[in-house]
Amino acid sequence: MTKILLMGNPNVGKSAIFSRLTGVKAIVSNYPGTTISYTRGYMKLGGETAEVIDAPGTYTLEPTSEAEEIALRLLDSGDIVINVVNAINLERNLYLTLQLLERGIPVVVALNLWDDTKHRGVDIDLDKLRELLGVPVIPTVAITGQGIKELAENIPRATSPHQPPATRDERWANIGQIIEQVQRIHHRHHTWRERLEDASVSPFSGGIIALAILAASFFVIRFIGEGLINYVLDPLFNTLWAPVVLKLSQLMGGSGLLHDIIIGKLIGGEIDFVQSFGLLTSGLYVPLGVVLPYIVSFYLVLGILEDTGYLPRLAVLMDTILHRLGLHGYAIIPNLLGLGCNVPAILSTRILESKRERFIAATLISIAVPCAALQAMIFGLVGARGLGYVAIVYGTLFIVWIILGLILNRTVKGFSPELLIEIPPYRLPPWRMVLQKLWFRTYGFLAEAIPIILGAILVVNVLYILGVFDAIANFTAPVVTGLLGLPKEAVTALVIGFLRKDVALGMLAPLALTSGQLVVGSVVLAMLFPCIATFVVMFRELGVVNMLKAVGVMIVAALVTGGILNLIL
Amino acid sequence: MYRFMHRSGGRFKPGDNQLTLAQLKNGQSGTVVEIQGGRRMVDRLNALGIIPGKKITKTSAMLMRGPVTVEVDRAEVAIGFGMASRVVVKPG
Repeated sequence: MTKILLMGNPNVGKSAIFSRLTGVKAIVSNYPGTTISYTRGYMKLGGETAEVIDAPGTYTLEPTSEAEEIALRLLDSGDIVINVVNAINLERNLYLTLQLLERGIPVVVALNLWDDTKHRGVDIDLDKLRELLGVPVIPTVAITGQGIKELAENIPRATSPHQPPATRDERWANIGQIIEQVQRIHHRHHTWRERLEDASVSPFSGGIIALAILAASFFVIRFIGEGLINYVLDPLFNTLWAPVVLKLSQLMGGSGLLHDIIIGKLIGGEIDFVQSFGLLTSGLYVPLGVVLPYIVSFYLVLGILEDTGYLPRLAVLMDTILHRLGLHGYAIIPNLLGLGCNVPAILSTRILESKRERFIAATLISIAVPCAALQAMIFGLVGARGLGYVAIVYGTLFIVWIILGLILNRTVKGFSPELLIEIPPYRLPPWRMVLQKLWFRTYGFLAEAIPIILGAILVVNVLYILGVFDAIANFTAPVVTGLLGLPKEAVTALVIGFLRKDVALGMLAPLALTSGQLVVGSVVLAMLFPCIATFVVMFRELGVVNMLKAVGVMIVAALVTGGILNLIL
Repeated sequence: MYRFMHRSGGRFKPGDNQLTLAQLKNGQSGTVVEIQGGRRMVDRLNALGIIPGKKITKTSAMLMRGPVTVEVDRAEVAIGFGMASRVVVKPG
């Protein structure tokens, strides 16, 4: 089968073209480094099926990060390359084009963001460019689909003009000559958009804009999340689902082994969706009634931030602070993704250049960045005791994030390179794409989380029945009770945290904890042992030795922080 | 070694009528004269269009040796302070 590779600089629209060609939905954002692995899809090519691969963005074929190395490895297995080029910045995009032509692989060029050329004052002589490069050049607008049909028709005409291998300086000289012949630039005045772009990366106005955006994001996430819970999901569960489950409970006799697993314990003769802990009660309520609303609201806001192009600007503002933590500004993106789910966040550390940065970022995320599922439960359980307690949990995690970063920066060997990123222009988010991405991520949560949540609740009930938890509780009582000041039964939550953090926090609900104990429990649960999915991804991305180091740091940090909180609260 | 170089951002001295990107004022333009760094750094900067002979404009700089933002070929690029201190430009 013919293998078609989509290659090009970061943030030129490869994933958008990929989605158009194959119908496979890939995540598209307005910042360099959205695609950190590759996505595969299929398209019809002259009656036959061809495989299309969406590669991570790369500036050259001499890789400087893990994501770029992946792109280079993919190139060895490809038959045809669709080189996606940003029409606004033709000059530096052509460097990769020339490198591809030197490799002798057939190339067709997609000149994307073509609609921008007019209002940005860029004139490109397409025929001349085709002649000079010796390959088909098709103008495209991936977001609207313009030019995609022509691009598909021209894939079989991809050719290799067999450019001789050149040095760096020869390539740049060659590009200079090409640009001279094909590109004309018209001067234009600054637009309001450019003024806003400049203001976003100035120290003073940029700081104000960042605070305003982060505060607005927080309120919108909370407003939508709480709105969905109070006006949609709670009424659904309480008025429709509760009577059904209660009826079922009566049919099953109100108690017994099977009853406890499926329905759980009745609290005062009623169903309590948090405390009952059966498959049909908490098993459905935790993922759908508590976590889902916050997944939807968080990823909606994140998607808008991603697609406007704000995140790289936040990276510039945060650079000085993140340098103290052994990272550079761009590491803010994996950390923000971690507030949704730690798994894609740790994968996205591939956009960082050095092993040291990746280790520090992954360790910080897994310890001090709580995922949306856990945060939803924190808001639900701890929030019921007063928002001040929620603030203590977040404040503690933030302080841990800073202190741990300062320590790791002083102790981890190796070097962290400096920030060097392209900042994309601001764009109005394409709403169809924002909603598509939201659906993509929400579906991912439902498909992956619900089976594990149900499994975790089953395991909890079986272990209770077998008395395993009592044994563990007695064994770990000195640490849990002595150091953390929690009842010894709380250890069951810490154990289950390995499966799902949201379920684990739910297990603290029936323990009648004081508010202080609930804060300690939430913080320790957030820090100690990431869920199994995060473990697996850390193992794959960091290797076994570094994963074990991260776990060591994690255990010490969680116990020290929990112990200190216990003394203060 | 690297960290030392990073902290002493102004270690490389540009010639007469020349400034580093870090020294250029906000809003000031200049032509890139040379990049005083290793091959890897030159490659990374080249890839973003920062090549000798190229005209660039500094748009802003963060406080406390934060990154420098420049405009080059209709694109905005943020460059860490240490790296910006090794890009020599001729103002004007």
